[in-house]
Parts: sequence; structure tokens; C-alpha cells
Amino acid sequence: MPAFGPVGVKRRLRFAWLPYLTLAAMLGPVLAGLAGTIAPAFGYLPAAGQSDWGLDAFRTLVEWPGFGRAAGVSVSTGFLATGLSLLIVVLITAGWQERAAFVVLQRLLSPLLAVPHAAAAFGLAFLIAPSGWLVRLVSPWATGWEQPPDVLIVQDAFGLALVAGLVAKEVPFLLLMTLSALPQVDGHRSAAVAGALGYGRVTGWIKAVFPRVYAQIRLPVYVVLAYSMSVVDVAVILGPNTPPTLSVQIVRWMNDPDIALRLQAAAAALVQCALVLGACGVWRLGESLGARLGHVWILRGGRGMCEGTLQAFGLIAGVLSALAVVLGLAGLAVWSLAGFWSYPDLLPDTLTWRSWIRHAPGLWDAARETLIVAFAATAVALVLTLGCLEAEHRFGLRLGPGGVFLLYVPLLVPQTAFLPGLQTLMLSAGFEVGRGPVILAHLVFVLPYVFLSLGDPFRAWDTRFGTIASALGAGPDRVLWAVRLPMLLASVLTAFAVGFAVSVGQYLPTLLVGGGRVATLTTEAVSLAAGGDRRAIGVFGLMQTVAAFVPFLIAVVVPPLVWRHKGGMRNG
Amino acid sequence: MGRSAAGSGLQLHNICITQGARRLIALDTTVAPGEVLSVMGPSGVGKSTLLSLITGTLAQGFTATGRVVLEGRDITDLAPDQRKVGILFQDDLLFPHLCVGANLAFGLSARVTGKAARRQRIEVGLEEIGLAGFFDRDPATLSGGQKARVSLMRMLLSEPSALLLDEPFSRLDAGRRAQIRTLVFDTVRSRDLPCILVTHDAEDAAAAGGEVVEVTP
Repeated sequence: MPAFGPVGVKRRLRFAWLPYLTLAAMLGPVLAGLAGTIAPAFGYLPAAGQSDWGLDAFRTLVEWPGFGRAAGVSVSTGFLATGLSLLIVVLITAGWQERAAFVVLQRLLSPLLAVPHAAAAFGLAFLIAPSGWLVRLVSPWATGWEQPPDVLIVQDAFGLALVAGLVAKEVPFLLLMTLSALPQVDGHRSAAVAGALGYGRVTGWIKAVFPRVYAQIRLPVYVVLAYSMSVVDVAVILGPNTPPTLSVQIVRWMNDPDIALRLQAAAAALVQCALVLGACGVWRLGESLGARLGHVWILRGGRGMCEGTLQAFGLIAGVLSALAVVLGLAGLAVWSLAGFWSYPDLLPDTLTWRSWIRHAPGLWDAARETLIVAFAATAVALVLTLGCLEAEHRFGLRLGPGGVFLLYVPLLVPQTAFLPGLQTLMLSAGFEVGRGPVILAHLVFVLPYVFLSLGDPFRAWDTRFGTIASALGAGPDRVLWAVRLPMLLASVLTAFAVGFAVSVGQYLPTLLVGGGRVATLTTEAVSLAAGGDRRAIGVFGLMQTVAAFVPFLIAVVVPPLVWRHKGGMRNG
Repeated sequence: MGRSAAGSGLQLHNICITQGARRLIALDTTVAPGEVLSVMGPSGVGKSTLLSLITGTLAQGFTATGRVVLEGRDITDLAPDQRKVGILFQDDLLFPHLCVGANLAFGLSARVTGKAARRQRIEVGLEEIGLAGFFDRDPATLSGGQKARVSLMRMLLSEPSALLLDEPFSRLDAGRRAQIRTLVFDTVRSRDLPCILVTHDAEDAAAAGGEVVEVTP
């Protein structure tokens, strides 16, 4: 008797090639971009009349007076932002999960995640600036400042404002990752056991649950590290200026009319890449050191000290980071409507639509461009993702642990390391920069998030529904369209919203691959940073947030409406 | 075995399912039309895997040898939707996004054509299970016994040539259990369907009244 395959059915591998296309769409631009960075970094850039291989570009880079500081701030920002975000997430989850305060934060999670980085950064800047809300709140009655104090808070030389901006956005991200890891490691029951053994909430959770949770959220932590070290838009808004972070400087050189500076930019991009790799290596060493110390700490059996302080710190830090984003957005809204607003008044004298009306034409164009790019990139990402997941389901083409790592590659390689190379490559090959390439570049970042968002719910679907449907005579396509996708409507819409928000927030791919010709809400908003027109920033920052928000609203509102007569669809 | 004429019923020829090096289940038997073969054994022993082999949905990691022949037709290599093998699980698995009527319409054979004719057939089906007038109801509003009956009718409307039962009564409370069990086994007999029942409950197997195969780990 012949042995038959996994399903015992001769199957047509109709879209078995989709996973490969997906990988190509995701990794192709990254690899091409890195290649396009390496050549100019070592002196080969025919477009600039350079074809002598050598290390000149690196020499010039190192001789640039700002090099040490720029690289240093990148590294310190990365470690500080990642470490702080992780610490806050650990303390708040350990001390507060399943308590009322935590439930409130949990509700805020998705909206906070949707807020584009640039908008959150502008909002924070408006809060903490010398003439911002925080100072106004206590001036002059408490501080005696009749004028805004002359101190550099935003764009401080150490990048602390930058760290704060990043923490406010990365805490929700890591918290979401932690929450989705918890059920997989049976966290609640482990925490209960630790509690019964006399451990304090925080200590018990860190000793009994955190090691397993961390194993699940490792890659996202590395994503946060790489992102924090190389982010451009947030660093333009909140980061130091003279010199800026290395990534910001790379973009400045790339945008310089002097095309020869691209050699230097490419060299800096490779250095940036090496810094991120090195930082990841150091973090890895920190992990094993932490694991070893943690083991000793667990063996000692201490039930916990300063529990109250730790819990309070976690809650305060979590609330502050959420407030920074929420109040920041409120600040953007008020500024966008502000008439005359003098220091130290807490609110403007008058509210007016003037700023909105003045910017309406530009706003409309940018919003349209943003929507077209985001819709196209997300739609393609969704189709590819569904194709991959369905191929996995039908043909058992399953992503191994290596495949999951591949999903994270575009998020781990710093944007500044491969996007400049991609632009250079496109120009050298004679490709037109513009909307099409921008959509493809966005796809690189949208795809992983759509996949990560949809993967779990898609796989968690009870396949017995599929067995039933095919036993009733429905072919695989009908099972997909008539049963699986309708049942997963909410998850599909959420994945779409996640991808859409990621695309809306993209700054660097739009700027570089669009060659400055594709103006989205994000590029327009960030370009306003240098000018300091707070009303215009308020208008564009708020619109950017709205654009990222609307799909989430749809994902929340539509499924209950569609399924309002179907009680069985209420939980998903 | 072999009570039925060659070519009728559900024939399992030298079936052997393995998972890696572990042999799960080996079976060589024929289930005659209207007969119930009860497969008994503790959970995790591979009873459900046998059913997934017959429906064509054997999971990755399992290999099987042997042939499955239904009404003289070798279905071993057919796609799940081409086999005409109906299955009921312990959960009703009514599609939660469809109303009761649409669930039945999903099952109703495509050979019944015409909107009115299909509607008519479904209404008759609802009457047969004592749920006349339930067409537009949301499955979530039904009782456990009602859901089980809709689930059974959905399967019958697809005109299967065999019926597989994967512990279909274990989630029902004691009162409904006997009632649904009788309904299912009466249906099997009246429609002359070969049926395989997988259960760990001796009462189910006794009620089925057919041959009982014990599977041991």
C-alpha cells in the first residue's frame, strides 16, 4: 500500500508561490538597499563621478567634528529608551495586571499605538517646551517665570527629550507584545502560585513569569532597540541639533544638493548599521548576565522588598507615558485652533479655524496622498498575508522559527542603513522616484506588522469549522471566503488598521524613495519642525493622527454592526 | 465483517495510522449501510485521527497507509469536499456568522436549485427536527439540544454517503443526550448510512447497537 501525504489528498499548489513573493517584497528592498549602501560607502558612485574604491568616505566621516557625539547620542538613546520602556512595562504588568488601573491602560493601548510617532513627538514637545503647557501650568505663581525660561528642554544635547518621546510610544508597543505573550506562558496562574507562596506581586511576577514572557517578546525588544537608535522623524523633532543623531545627519547629507556627500552618507549608514548590530550584541550579553543574576536571586528565595514603591513607580510611569501622548494630542488640537495665545496663559484668548482654513489646500493634497499610499500598501500586504496564511493552512507551508525571524528583519535593520542605498540604487538604475516606489517601500514595513497582527487570530480559528464546511461539499476557496474570512472579519479589519497606521506614520521611506516629490501628512508635518509654526504643526500633526485612527475606528465599530444579530460573533 | 455486499458501505482496507515511530491505530473492516461501528478508547489514542483520515483532513505529522472505499468508490486521495462523508463533532460548530437557515443552506446540496425549492427543502428540514419557524434565528440564541439538531440536519441536507460522529453527545446534558442520540441513530438506520462513532462512553456505544472496536494506547 502506498503511503499518502499529510492530508492524503492530491492538492493543487495553486498559490504556493505566494510566501516566496511575500518574502521577496519584504526582504528584496532591504537587501538591495544594503547593497546600494555598501558600494558608495567604499567610494563607488558613478552618478557623482566617483569610481575609486577606498575608505575615503569613512575617513571624511570620522573627521566630521560631530561624529563622536552623533554616534554616542544614537547609542545612548537606544539603550535608555529600550531599557526604560521595558522596565515600565515589566513593573506595570507585574504590579497591576487584572487591577482596575491596568484595565484602563489596556483600553488606551490600541489608540496609543495608532498615534504616529511624529505626532506624539510634536505633542510631547508642546508639553515640555519652555513655553509649553507644563511650564504654563506652574508659572508664574510657582516659578516666578514671567517669560518662558531660557533653557533647552526639547532638543537637549543628551537626547533626553528624544528618549522620553520614544518611551511614550514604545511602552504601548511592548505592553501589547507582553499581553499577547502572557496567555501562552500561563502567566496568570504562575503569578497566582507565586502569590500563594508568599511572594509580593512584582517580585513574584518577575521571578516566576517574566523569564518566559521575555523569551516571547525578545524580538520586539530588539526592534525597539534598533528603532530607537536609528529613528529619524522623532529625532528631528525632539533630538539634539548640533550635531543631530547620526541617522538625522545621514538624511541631511542625502538631501544635500552636493551629490558627493552621498558617499559620506553611505559610510555613515554602514556605521549606523554596525552600531545597531553591536548594540544588539551588547543587549544579548546583558540578557545572559541578567539571566544568571536573576537565577541567583530566585534561588535566594526572597519574597520581595519595596513592593509598594515598585508598584507605585510602575503605575506612575505608565500613566505618565500615556498622559504624555494624550495631553500632547490635546496640545496639538488647541494649537491648531489657537488665535492669540500669550505666555503664561493656559489657554488661547480666542479659538479660530483660521489655521485650518489657511492650510486646507496643502492639507487636502497631503491627506489624499497619505490615504492612497497607505491604502495601496496595506491592501497588498493584506492580500499577501492572507495568501501566505492560507497556503500554510492548505499545504502545510509553515514558517519555522527562522521564518518568524525573517518577518522581523525589515524592523531590525535600521531604516537609515538601507533606504539611502535604495534611493541611490533606484536613481542609478534610472527608476523614477514617486508614488509607486514609495508604496513598495512602505510595504516593507507594513507587511511584517500586518502578518504579526493577523497570524495569531488566523491560526487560532477552529479548523473543525473548515472540516465541517468541506464535509458539506465546500471547496477550499468557499471555505475561505464564506466561512473563515467572515468569521475573522474583526481580526482582518484590525490587521488592516495596524498596517494602515504603520504606513501613515512612515517618514523616511516616503522622503527618500519618494525623492521629496511624495508629500504625505507625515513628511509635511516633520518638515514643519524646523520652522516652529505651532499652529501649522498642530494642524498637520492632528490630521496625521486622524488618518492613522480612522481605520481603527472602523475595525472597532463595523464588526459589531455587521454581526449585531449574531451573538456568536461578539467575541471576535 | 463483510456482512454487506461488496461495493456497499464504508470499507476501511488495512488502515494503519502512525505518528512518527508511534503506531496509533490499525483497522481493517467494513461498515454496512445503516450500521454503526463504535470505536472506543481513552482520549489521545488516535480515535479522532481515524476520522480525520476518512474526511481527508489528516493533520501534518501523521502518516497513513491503506485505502478508504465508500460505496465502491476509492476516496482515499479525494479532496475533503469531494468525499460525501459527513461529520459531527462534540461542539455543534454552527457557523456563528450565519442564521440557522443560512447554515442549513450552506449544507443543502447544490443539486437542489431554485430559490423557492431550496427554501422549501430547508423549511421541511427544520420541521423534521421540530424547529419549524427557526429559519431566521441566530444560532447563539438556541439551546444546546436545538443546536445539535440543526447541526445534524445541516449535515443530512448535504446528502452524505457516510456519517462520522466524533463524540457528538458528550457536551449535552443527560436529558437531551438520550434524545439526540436516538434521533441520530434512527436517522442512520432510516437513511441507510454507514456510520462510525468515536466515543469514550460505553453507553453511547451500547445505544449504537453495532460492532465495538476497542483502541488501546
